[in-house]
Amino acid sequence: MKPFAYERPSSVPEAVTLVAEEPGAVYVAGGTNLLDHLKLGIAAPRLLVDVTGLPLNAVEALPDGGIRIGANVRNADLAAHPEVRRRRPVVSQALLAGASPQLRNMATVAGNLVQRTRCPYFQNPATPCNKRQPGSGCAAAASRTEHRALMGASESCVAVHPSDLAVALCAVDAVVCVQGRFGPRRIPVTALHRLPGAHPERDTVLDHADLITGVELPPLPMATRSRYRKVGDRASFSFALVSVAVVVDLEGDAVRDTRIVFGGLATKPWRARRAEAVLRGGPVTADRFAAAALTELSDARTVEANAYKVPLARDTLVATLLDACGRA
Amino acid sequence: MENITLDVNGERHFLTVDIRMSLLDALRDSLGLTGAKAGCERGHCGCCTVLVDGRRVYSCLTLAVAVAGAGARVVTVEGLSRAGPHRLQKAFIARDAFQCGFCTPGQLCSAVAMLDEASRERPSSASGPSSEGPALTETEVRERMSGNLCRCGAYQNIVAAIMDVAP
Repeated sequence: MKPFAYERPSSVPEAVTLVAEEPGAVYVAGGTNLLDHLKLGIAAPRLLVDVTGLPLNAVEALPDGGIRIGANVRNADLAAHPEVRRRRPVVSQALLAGASPQLRNMATVAGNLVQRTRCPYFQNPATPCNKRQPGSGCAAAASRTEHRALMGASESCVAVHPSDLAVALCAVDAVVCVQGRFGPRRIPVTALHRLPGAHPERDTVLDHADLITGVELPPLPMATRSRYRKVGDRASFSFALVSVAVVVDLEGDAVRDTRIVFGGLATKPWRARRAEAVLRGGPVTADRFAAAALTELSDARTVEANAYKVPLARDTLVATLLDACGRA
Repeated sequence: MENITLDVNGERHFLTVDIRMSLLDALRDSLGLTGAKAGCERGHCGCCTVLVDGRRVYSCLTLAVAVAGAGARVVTVEGLSRAGPHRLQKAFIARDAFQCGFCTPGQLCSAVAMLDEASRERPSSASGPSSEGPALTETEVRERMSGNLCRCGAYQNIVAAIMDVAP
């Protein structure tokens, strides 16, 4: 592990200035992903700016049905929050489906959103990886590995996005609050993560000194009917092979409105707008749900090792929607 | 190097550490508290689990300077038995809940925190977010202890020992 300096600022502006002034600086909160990268030798920052002393620890349930979440709220605490469980069950379920109790006690909301891919080639400093070392190549694309994105990949990167929380947040129209060098701004979480294109080294639209200060969940009454379902190699403590977040609004036997987001399939949380369009105004039937899934997955690019993910994603979506609609 | 104060098992320790030092290494190498084990050192196995302000964490992925900077209180497996064996330790012995014992300190610290979490009705993916006050069934215990691996596969007796102590 390369040497680094460590600072513990007490205000958001101080933290942003510290990172802005040092190109080799990174923010650290729970550190569960960063410490691993330091040990693996795939990250070598010159300065760690520890933001856990900043006053960003609150979860506020607002009278209008919205929820405001501080960036430093630990995953375990957000998952357990009564209003999150009641108003946005999909968020709590996604958090509890991820990692382990110890990691959920450490990891923060903001850190979860900016965690990096678990692509085995990204994590192995001996292999080429454009995300880790721009221009070095993509060992994953050459390997026909199972761990390749079916959607959103480019010639330079096929790494799957790892977060469960981000998938759920995309389904509840969450907005990410950011403090940058030139002031605050707000980014819809669906626009936070980038497709890799020719620059896979940039996972998000955030600039170097941008600090996530919180996440806002706008009022979304239909989100009380929401579910997160994750399929992995193990029932616990593994990354998603496929996951799905759904929000459904029913009117009689028809779907009035819906949000569908896939995890484990793509280079970013995959908001399935085409599947949503198929479902809106349609009946609550397994056939309709399967058709919606296959519409979204119609241009999925598979290799032999991961072709199973298409029917797996279809069936996971059908089961999750039926469950959300009370028809399981 | 950084001068820090670390509160461990109720005692304050003044240490000079490399900024890169994990809490695990500070406990083991600087303080001689070798209960917490270095297993994978990547947050996958749980052997290094300790309590920080009462919450179970992986000490291998925690910087000692960050714990000191937050003024947090650390409890290791050594701190569980200051007034004689903890009831969970007794249950582990009664149930023979180990073979080699390497993961046991982490299992014990994790189980102490897990019982506390369950008593405060913290949810798990086994109970689902909508259920209130889930009973600690075997399924619940296994899910809630999933952050601790046992290379010997003594899970059957580990779960039994924890259920002996669970309310």
